[in-house]
Amino acid sequence: MKLEDQRTTIYKVDPNHPETADLPTLRTEELLLNMGPQHPATHGVLKVIMELEGERLVKSTPVLGYLHRGVEKLAEGGTYHQFIPHTDRLDYVCAMYNNFAYCRAVEKLMDITVPERAEYLRTLVAEVQRIIGHLFWLGTQALDIGAMTVFFYTFRDREILLDWFDELCGARLTTSWYRIGGVEQDFNDSLIDKVKRFLDYFPPKIDEYVVFLEKNRVWLARTRGVAVISAEDALSFGLSGPTLRGSGVDYDLRKYEPYSAYPWCEFSVPVGKNGDTYDRYWIRIEEFRESIKIIKQCLEQMQPGLIMADVPSVTLPPKDRVFTNLESMIQQFKLFSQGFDAPAGEIYCGTEAHKGELGFYIVSTGGGNPYRLKIRSPSFIHMGAFDYMSKGYMIADAVTIFGSYDIVMGECDR
Amino acid sequence: MKVETIDRFIAMHPIAEKIQSRFPEGFLSSNEWRGDLAISVKREALHDVCAYIRTDSELDCDYMVHVSSVDWPDEAERFEVVYEVYSIRKRHRIRIKTRVPEHDCQVDSMVDLWMGADFMEREVFDMMGIRFNHHPDLRRILMPDDYTEGYPLRKDFPVQGKGWRDTFDFLNDPN
Repeated sequence: MKLEDQRTTIYKVDPNHPETADLPTLRTEELLLNMGPQHPATHGVLKVIMELEGERLVKSTPVLGYLHRGVEKLAEGGTYHQFIPHTDRLDYVCAMYNNFAYCRAVEKLMDITVPERAEYLRTLVAEVQRIIGHLFWLGTQALDIGAMTVFFYTFRDREILLDWFDELCGARLTTSWYRIGGVEQDFNDSLIDKVKRFLDYFPPKIDEYVVFLEKNRVWLARTRGVAVISAEDALSFGLSGPTLRGSGVDYDLRKYEPYSAYPWCEFSVPVGKNGDTYDRYWIRIEEFRESIKIIKQCLEQMQPGLIMADVPSVTLPPKDRVFTNLESMIQQFKLFSQGFDAPAGEIYCGTEAHKGELGFYIVSTGGGNPYRLKIRSPSFIHMGAFDYMSKGYMIADAVTIFGSYDIVMGECDR
Repeated sequence: MKVETIDRFIAMHPIAEKIQSRFPEGFLSSNEWRGDLAISVKREALHDVCAYIRTDSELDCDYMVHVSSVDWPDEAERFEVVYEVYSIRKRHRIRIKTRVPEHDCQVDSMVDLWMGADFMEREVFDMMGIRFNHHPDLRRILMPDDYTEGYPLRKDFPVQGKGWRDTFDFLNDPN
């Protein structure tokens, strides 16, 4: 049923049963229901005030801000380097991509070119993070909708990659591995081995998830034709990532404004047709396969080289030199305590994270701190479309709808 | 004088020129830095300029990227409202900026042009206290509805917060 039809039929007499029109009208009133803030399916602390007519949503008002920590204000008080760990805590299930987006924005502000090997490393890790993000989404979305099995399978595979992150940078979730001008550490042989093994291991697993879900009538019934949004409306709301691509717009910053090593890799951008939850799911499944392609190409094309741009006034010295060389230690100390002098100006830099366009708008007036830092977080903007997309659907579909945006409240509230 | 002569020789971005010729009164300046195009307009012309870049077939900016605000406490027109829009078909990005004074902190809302502006403008209102005329639902969004301590992202708002925190002795203890 189309969204428009669904909206109008709530109030009309059922055409299949015209006799009901003669029945005495029952007293009806709208029911106000609070969902959250403590609710297992809200992925954080989100409250939605729902006005219901029967079981249909008439209006839903998201109440945000339970996880608001004032990250944008904190950024104004610290140096550019000091803000990197804060970005981990935005979207805490996909920290690498936040680091990446932030570092790219500062590099644009400082006009730094990152060495080729570092670009490959960044792209590779970003794609691993994209796989983790989509695995997390797939598991929890299926769990919310009522298909519990997939959750265990996706989290089993996610664990392999999180262990890999642990070996890479010492942390599973709050990674802080990206640095302004490059990355913290190079890969060692064991890491490369493990990625290669994962690339062989993972493709059959994708088919496994697909079998679980596509043979599941409940999953299909609850995703097909649910939360439909047209391409025009999706654009008007500023949706991005799989949520926008599900509606048939191929807007992907990796292709539109190629950055890092993406222009050197071949991959395609899956685009949906119907703009429903099923299409958004299908896109994420296809993006698994594309991410694997990108990781493979990065591994093949990567050449030995520098992993940090050599701009001593901005970038950090190599770690081994910090402990043995006095000048390097002074450089490290000065960069972390005073920061570097940024030129006055303002930039916006958007990066295609797995949820959508994660952008940083930085205004600098010179000096070591950003004058104003604005985070364009996809989750927040997606929640803006929630009321519009949920009108006319059942209460149970509300979970499907905001689940299909892949929201994380840490990023939404900042 | 010198700045004017330099401006005359540096060619403006074609989009900026187009907007300037369409709105000679409202257009203030344009600036291109690190590949980003920023256009400053007068507050009165903001909605017309945005409607123009939204509907004009050559500019065609159908995608709202973000709405933001900057506080410049030392300047006469204290607040700056920033709209960043993108064209999916033409692949260009334009940043439209306008200034508002503190005593009359309001601009026209863009919700009728981009539906996504609803939440983004609410956030600017919540954080910086700029009112958006004709906005359908202008309430606080991240801070609680009954929050009365001001607007957190203004430069005169302390990082540690205001209000009940001031009563904590250990925060103000000089030792």
